[in-house]
Amino acid sequence: MTISIPPTTPNNSKSLQPQGWLRYFSFSLDHKVIGLQYLVCGFVFYLIGGALASAIRIELTSPVSDFMPRDVYNQILTLHGTIMIFLWIVPVVNGAFGNYLIPFFVGARDMAFPRLNAVAFWLIPPAGLMLITSYFINGAAQSGWTAYPPLSITTPAAGQIIWIISVLLLGGSSIFGGINFIATILKLRRPGLKLMQLPMYCWAMLGTSFLVVLSTPVLAGTLILLSFDIVAHTGFFNPVLGGNVIVYQHLFWFYSHPAVYIMVLPAFGLVSEILPVHSRKPLFGYNTMVYSIMAIVFLGLIVWAHHMFTSGTPPWMRLFFTIATAFIAVPTGIKFFNWVATLWGGRISVNTAILFSCGFIVNFVLGGITGVALAQVPFDIHVHDTYFVVAHFHYIVYGGSVFVIFSSIYHWYPKFTGRMLNENIGRLHFIITFIGFNLCFAPQHWLGLNGMPRRVAEYDPQFAFVNQLSSAGALLMAVSTIPFLWNIIYSAFKGPIAGDNPWQALTPEWLTSSPPPVENWPGEAPLVTKPYGYGQKPQKEKNPSIGNAKET
Amino acid sequence: MRKWLFINNLGIYLGSLILPSLTAIYTILISLGLIIGGIWVGSNVNLLPVVASSNAPIYDELFKVLFIIGTLLFFGMLGLVVYSLIQFRRKPGQTGDGLAIEDNLPLEIFWTAVPAIVILFVGLYSYDIYERMGGMESLGANNQHHHQMASKQRIWGGIGSKDKSMQGANGTLIPVEVTAMQFAFLFHYPDGDIISGELHVPIGQPVTMKMESKDVIHAFWVPEFRLKQDVIPGQPTILNFTPTRVGKYPIICAELCGPYHGGMRSTVVVEELEDYQNWFAKNAKKPDLEV
Repeated sequence: MTISIPPTTPNNSKSLQPQGWLRYFSFSLDHKVIGLQYLVCGFVFYLIGGALASAIRIELTSPVSDFMPRDVYNQILTLHGTIMIFLWIVPVVNGAFGNYLIPFFVGARDMAFPRLNAVAFWLIPPAGLMLITSYFINGAAQSGWTAYPPLSITTPAAGQIIWIISVLLLGGSSIFGGINFIATILKLRRPGLKLMQLPMYCWAMLGTSFLVVLSTPVLAGTLILLSFDIVAHTGFFNPVLGGNVIVYQHLFWFYSHPAVYIMVLPAFGLVSEILPVHSRKPLFGYNTMVYSIMAIVFLGLIVWAHHMFTSGTPPWMRLFFTIATAFIAVPTGIKFFNWVATLWGGRISVNTAILFSCGFIVNFVLGGITGVALAQVPFDIHVHDTYFVVAHFHYIVYGGSVFVIFSSIYHWYPKFTGRMLNENIGRLHFIITFIGFNLCFAPQHWLGLNGMPRRVAEYDPQFAFVNQLSSAGALLMAVSTIPFLWNIIYSAFKGPIAGDNPWQALTPEWLTSSPPPVENWPGEAPLVTKPYGYGQKPQKEKNPSIGNAKET
Repeated sequence: MRKWLFINNLGIYLGSLILPSLTAIYTILISLGLIIGGIWVGSNVNLLPVVASSNAPIYDELFKVLFIIGTLLFFGMLGLVVYSLIQFRRKPGQTGDGLAIEDNLPLEIFWTAVPAIVILFVGLYSYDIYERMGGMESLGANNQHHHQMASKQRIWGGIGSKDKSMQGANGTLIPVEVTAMQFAFLFHYPDGDIISGELHVPIGQPVTMKMESKDVIHAFWVPEFRLKQDVIPGQPTILNFTPTRVGKYPIICAELCGPYHGGMRSTVVVEELEDYQNWFAKNAKKPDLEV
C-alpha cells in the first residue's frame, strides 16, 4: 500500500526565499540549503583549524620553542582543538549530512522544525568568528580544549570567557539540531515506513541526537559555573576558594566522552550508506547494526571517568570504567565485521568514496585497538596525556570521522550539485591524505610511549627526528586539500552531468532529480522499505513502491 | 612478502567462514600463521623505554599481550579489507549486483562472542596487572606512621604499594613530599628536612610520595617507571614505587599547566644505597638520622 504525502501548496513561505546561489547566503528554511551551509561553513573552519595544526607541527619540527611564543602556542592548540571538534566535525557529520539526508531518508519534505533548524545553523558562524577573533583581541583561551580549572581560571580571562560563550552557542546549536533530528525521525516518517526499515544513518542520528540532548546541557552548565568562577570569583572549581577541580573533570567528560560518539556514530551511519551502494550488496546484519548503535549510545554515557585514571579516582571507579570502556569495543567490532561482510562477495566499484570508507575502516581499527589498550588502567597510567593519546584520538576523529566526511562528499556530491567529481583527482586526494595521515600520526604512538607529553612546545631532543617525520605527514595532509578543493570547485561548474542516480542506489534521496527540487520530490514521496535491496529479484516485484518518483 | 601472504591467507580463512566450500586446513594454517606472526611481532618489537621500577616489568607484560592482540586484529582487518577490495572489485564488463546476503546469525554470534571473550580476557588480565602494581591497595595505609596527617585527609588515587615485603630489605620506606608549581617540582624529605629540585632515591628501596600542587594541576610522570599521577591543588595524591635500575631518568609534567609546561622537567636520580646515603648525609639538616 502506498500512502501519498501531497506536496505543500506553492504559496508557502519557502517560495518567498531567495533562489539560485543567493539562497546559500540567506536565512533559508530548506533543509538541503541548511545542510550545504553547514558543510561549506564547516569546511572553511576545517581549513582554519588545519592551518593552526600546521603551525603546531612547524613549531614541533625542532625541540626548542622557536617558532612562536609559548603562550601563543597554547592558544593555537586550544583553538585548533576547539575549532576541529565544535566547528568542523560535529557540525558536519551531524548538521550537514543530517540536515541534507534525514528528511529524504524518512520521506519528509523538510525537517520537523525548519526555523529552529536555520537558527541552529546561524549560531555557528558568529560563534566561530568570535572564537577566532578572540586571538586578536586579548589573546585566545590557552588552557586546551578541555579548559581544566584551575588553569582556565588563572590564565587571562577575556579569551577564556569568549571561548566559553562560543562553546555555549555551539552547544546550543547542537542541542537544537538534536531535538530536530529526534522529532523528524520519530514523527515525520512517511506513513508505512517502519523504524526497522530506515536507512542506517537515521539510526545513527537518532542515537547521536539522544547523546547530544542528554549530555550537552551538562557541558553548558559546567561552563556556566566555570565562567562564574572566572568572572564572579565563585568557588565551584577554584581550589583556593574551596572548590573541587576533579568535579569539573567529571562534569566535562560526561559530555566530552560522548562527544567522541557524537563525532563517530554519524560517521558509522554514513559508511553504512556508502558501502552497500558501491559494493552492490545489502548492508550485512541490519538488526545487529541497529542494536550495536544502541549499545554504543548506552555504554558511551557511562565511561567518562576513563579520562581521569591518573587524576585521582578511587580504585573501584577505575575498574568499573575500565570494563565499561573496553566493552564498547564489542558493539563497535560488530559494526566493523558487518561492514567487511558487506564488502565480501560484492561487485565493488573501487572509487574514491569507497577508498575513503575503507581507509576509515583501517584507521579506525587501529584507533579502536589503542582505545581498548587505553581503557586498561595500568596502560593508561603510563600513556595518559602523552602523544600516544594524541595519536589514538586523531586515528579516531581524523582517521574516522574526517575520512568519512570525505567519503560522503565523494558519494553525495552528484546529488548536491548534479555533477560528478573527477575520479582520478579524487584518488590522488585519497592517496595523499592516507599516506600523510598515517605518516603524521602513527609515529606519535612511539613518541607517547617513550616519554613525550602532549601540549608541549618544547621537548626532549631525542624525539626530534620522529617529530619531523610527523610534521612531514602533516605537510602532506595540508597539501592533500589542494586537489580536493580544485576538484569540488572545478567540478561544480565543469564536471560531467551526473543524472538523478549515478550510483544506481536504492536509498530515497536518489529517487529525485539532482540537485533535488525545493520540496524534495515533485510529486509524492516514494516509500522505500528496502533501502539496501541490492542483488535481489527485480525491484519492481519485490518492492513495488520504489519507483514512485518516476510515476508522477 | 610474508605479510602479504598473511593477508591473502586471512582472506581465505574468513572466506571459509562465509563460504564453507574452502577447506578447513587453510583455516587452521592461516590462523596459526597469524597468531605466530602476532606473537613474533609482539615479542620482538620493543616500543618502550628501559625498565627502571618494579612496576615497569609488570606493565610491560600487559603491553606485550595488548600488542600481540592488537597486531593480530589490525593485520587481520587490514587483510580483510585489502583482500575484499582486490578480490571483489568489479571487473571490466561485469554487470549486476553481488550476492544478496543480508545476515547470517551464527556468523554474527561468532563475531560478537569472540571480541567479547577477548575483551573479557584482557580486562581480567589487566585487573590482575593492576592488582600486582598495587592499584587496589588502600592508599596511605603503609605510610601512616610517616604522615599522621594522611589519616585525617582524604587521599585521592594513585598507585599504592601492594607487596608488604616492598617495605624495603631493611624495613625502610622512603617518604618524600612532592610539591608541584608552575613550573617546577620540589622534593621534600621530611626525615632529613631536605628540599631538593631533583629526586634522589636508592635502588631497591620503596619510595612513597605525597604530592600536592600549589597552583594548577600538574602530573608527575617518569616514563622509565611507567608511572604517572596527577598532582592536584587542594587534594593530595599518593604514588608509591620501587626503583630497580641505577641511572638518571626524566620527570615530566604531563598535564597542561601553562606557557612553560613543556619546560617543566626534572630528574630522578636512582643510585646505589651508599651513594644515596652520602647524598642524604650531605644535605640533611639533622645528620643523626637513619636512612
